[in-house]
Amino acid sequence: MVRYALFAAASVAFLLNTNPALASNDIKLLQQQIAAMKQDYEQRILALETGLIKAQQAAQSTTIITPLAKSNNPARRQNNFNPTISFVLDGRYTSLSNASDDYHLPGFALNDEAGLDQAGFSVGESELVISSNVDDRFYAEATLAFSGDEMSVEEVFFQTLNLADGLTLKAGRFFSDIGYLNAQHAHVWDFADAPLIYRGLFGNQLSNDGLQATYIVPSDIFFQLGLELANGDSFPAARNREGVGSWSAFINIGDDIGIEHSWQLGLNHWQAGHINQRSSEGLVDAYAFSGKSRINGIDWVYKWAPNGNPKNRHLKLQFEYFERQEKGQINLLTNTADFNGKQSGWYAQAVYKFLPAWRSALRFDSLDSDNDGSNLPLLADAGLLTYGHTPQRLSAMLEWIPSEFSRIRLQLNHDKSYNDTDNQLFLQYTFAIGSHTGHSY
Amino acid sequence: MLNKKISVLLCYVTLLSLPLAYAKTEDPLNVFACEPEWAALATQLGGERLAVYSATSAKQDPHHIQARPSLIAKARNADLLICTGAELEVGWLPILLRKAGNGKIMHGQPGHFSAAEHVQLLEQATRLDRSMGDVHAAGNPHFHLDPYRIRQIALSLSKTLRAIDPAYQTHYQHQLTLFIQRFDSSIAKWEALAKPLQGKKVVVHHDTWIYLEQWLKLNKVATLEAKSGIPPSSTHLSQVLGKVHATTADFIIHTDYQSDRAARWLSEKTNTPVISLSSSVANGEDIFQWFDRLINTLLETTP
Repeated sequence: MVRYALFAAASVAFLLNTNPALASNDIKLLQQQIAAMKQDYEQRILALETGLIKAQQAAQSTTIITPLAKSNNPARRQNNFNPTISFVLDGRYTSLSNASDDYHLPGFALNDEAGLDQAGFSVGESELVISSNVDDRFYAEATLAFSGDEMSVEEVFFQTLNLADGLTLKAGRFFSDIGYLNAQHAHVWDFADAPLIYRGLFGNQLSNDGLQATYIVPSDIFFQLGLELANGDSFPAARNREGVGSWSAFINIGDDIGIEHSWQLGLNHWQAGHINQRSSEGLVDAYAFSGKSRINGIDWVYKWAPNGNPKNRHLKLQFEYFERQEKGQINLLTNTADFNGKQSGWYAQAVYKFLPAWRSALRFDSLDSDNDGSNLPLLADAGLLTYGHTPQRLSAMLEWIPSEFSRIRLQLNHDKSYNDTDNQLFLQYTFAIGSHTGHSY
Repeated sequence: MLNKKISVLLCYVTLLSLPLAYAKTEDPLNVFACEPEWAALATQLGGERLAVYSATSAKQDPHHIQARPSLIAKARNADLLICTGAELEVGWLPILLRKAGNGKIMHGQPGHFSAAEHVQLLEQATRLDRSMGDVHAAGNPHFHLDPYRIRQIALSLSKTLRAIDPAYQTHYQHQLTLFIQRFDSSIAKWEALAKPLQGKKVVVHHDTWIYLEQWLKLNKVATLEAKSGIPPSSTHLSQVLGKVHATTADFIIHTDYQSDRAARWLSEKTNTPVISLSSSVANGEDIFQWFDRLINTLLETTP
C-alpha cells in the first residue's frame, strides 16, 4: 500500500514538474495533500501492525506487559537535565619503616605533591566529578579533589562533540594525554601510588591549563594524533610569563589481535622552553631551576581476557619509559650553578584478575640519572647527584572488588628510592557513589 | 594493429576502473552495533548494503567492556550506531563516543539508535539504590530475548535506516517486509516447539532471562546472584539451595559469558541439569538460527 501511495505521489510530482502552468499555491496544496495521504497510510499501517502485535500477545498470554509504549520511567525523568555526578572516596592506612619526611628521589627534582603519605590513617584524595553534555556541540567536566582539608581543581574542561570527523578539541585544565597512566585519575590506577618515574618527572601527574587537539585517523586500526598547548605554569614547567609555556604531542596506535587480545602503543613528547624558577625541595634547602626541559616517552599496554570478556578473568601488562633532558641554572640560597640534567626511568607492571571480585598485581620501578653542572657541591645539596645509587621499587597488590563501585586494596612496597630501604604498607579503600563512571582502556 | 592496441588498452582501463566505480557506488553504510543481536538484526534489515561490526560477542558481558582502541577506530568510521541503551553500555559507550569524535553517531543524532527507546522494559526500578545491586533505572536491558520486542525494534530500525540512507529506501522497505514475514512465521514455529517448556521451574544465574521466561512461560524459582551484577555470596547460595530443595527445579540456566561455578555447585548439590545458553547471536549465526538454538537447547535438556 505504501508503495502504491509512493507511486501515486511520484506520478503526481512528475506531472507537476512537467506542467509549469499550475500556480505555485496549487502545487503547495497538492504537496500538502500528498504528505497528508502518506502520513495517513503510515499511521494506518502502524495501527495494523500494532493491532497484530496486540492480538498475538493477547492470544499468547495475559501476563506479558505490552512492549508497545516507549520507556517512560519516572525515576529516569526526574534527573533528565541534571549533570552526571559522582563522588569517589579514598582513604588509607599507611605504615612506613622510614620517616616519610626523609623521602627523596636522588637525581630528580620533586615538587611538594610527590612525597609520601604520612603514616597512620588519612583520607586520601577524594574526588567530586560533575559532567554533562552542554548542548549538541559541547561536553563539560569538572573534577574537584579534596585531600585532607584542602580542595583543588583537578580538572575543569570542555570538549567538542561533533567538530569534524575524528577531530576533537578540549580546553581548560586537564590531565595531559601523554603516557598511558597520566590522563587516568589516581583512583583508577592499579596501585595506591604513582610509578616512581611519574613521581620524579611530573610530580605524580602532568596537568595542563591550555588546549588539546586530537585526531583519529580514519583507518581500521586505532591511530590517534594529539597536540597540547599549555600556559607552562604547572610542574615540571613553572611560571611562564605569557603565551604557550609548554607543549606536548603524542601518537597512539592500538588494535585487537583476535578476540582475546588487545594492545596500545604510544609515543610522546613534552617540552618547555622558558621554565622560570621551578622550586623543589633539596637535601639542604629548597632550590629553583630555570631553563629548558624536554621529555620523550613510550608506553605500551596489552590486555587479555578469555573470550575477550574481562568480567571473570583478565590480564593486563603495562610498560612505560620516559627520559628527560634539562639545561639551565640552579639557584640554591644565594648560589647559582649551570645545570645539565639527564634523567630516565621505567616501570613494568602486571595485573591479574583471577576471580570476578579479586585482582592481584606486581610492579617494578627503576630510575637512572646523569646530572652534571658547574658546581657539583651545589647539585649535591640539591639532591641531584646519586653517587651511584639507582632508585628502584618493587610493589605487590591484592584487592577485593565486591562490586564495580567499591574496592579494598592491600599494597606492599619494597622501596629503594634512596639509600635507606623503606618497607611500606597501604590499606586503601576506594568507593564511588553517584553515577556510573566509565571504564576507559 | 593500432586499433587492437587501443582496444586492449581500453579493456585494461575498464578492468582497472571497475573496482573504483564499484567502490564509489557501493560504498557500504558502516554500522557499529554494541551487541551481536543488533548486528544480526541490522544485517537482516540492510543486507549487503550494510557493513556491520559488532563491538561485543555473545561470549562477552556487554556491561563490562572497555573502550578499547579497536572500538574507537570502528566508532570513528560508523554511519550508524545501534545499541541496547537502558544503561547497559553506560560503562563504556559514553567514553567511546567522546573519544571517537564522530558527530554522526552522537546521542540525539539520527545515526544514534538506542533500542530501549523503542520498547517498554520490564523491571523498571522505582527506587534507585546500589544496595540493590547494579540496578538499571530504565528497566531490565536484556529485552532482545523477546522476539516481539525484536520485531518492534526492527520496525523502528528500518525507519532509521531509511532516514539516514534515503537512496536505498525501497531496498530497506523490501528487506523489512521479507524479515517480518519470516520472523512472524518463525515466532509461531518457536512457540509451538516450546509448548513442553511451559511452567518449567528454572533457576537463573543473573536476570538476563526474564523476557525469555515471560515469552516461553517459564517459572523462575530462584536467582543465583542475590543482587544484579554482584557475584553470588555463599550465604545466598545456601538459601537458594534450600529453596531448590523445597520446590525442586527443572533446570538451571547459566549465561555462557558468566562464571559457571555457582551453577555447577547447585547442580551437583541438587542433581538439577545446567543449561548453558548464549544470550546472543554467535559468530556466523543469524537471528533465526540463534532462537532455534535457544529453544532446541532448552528442549534437549528438559526432563
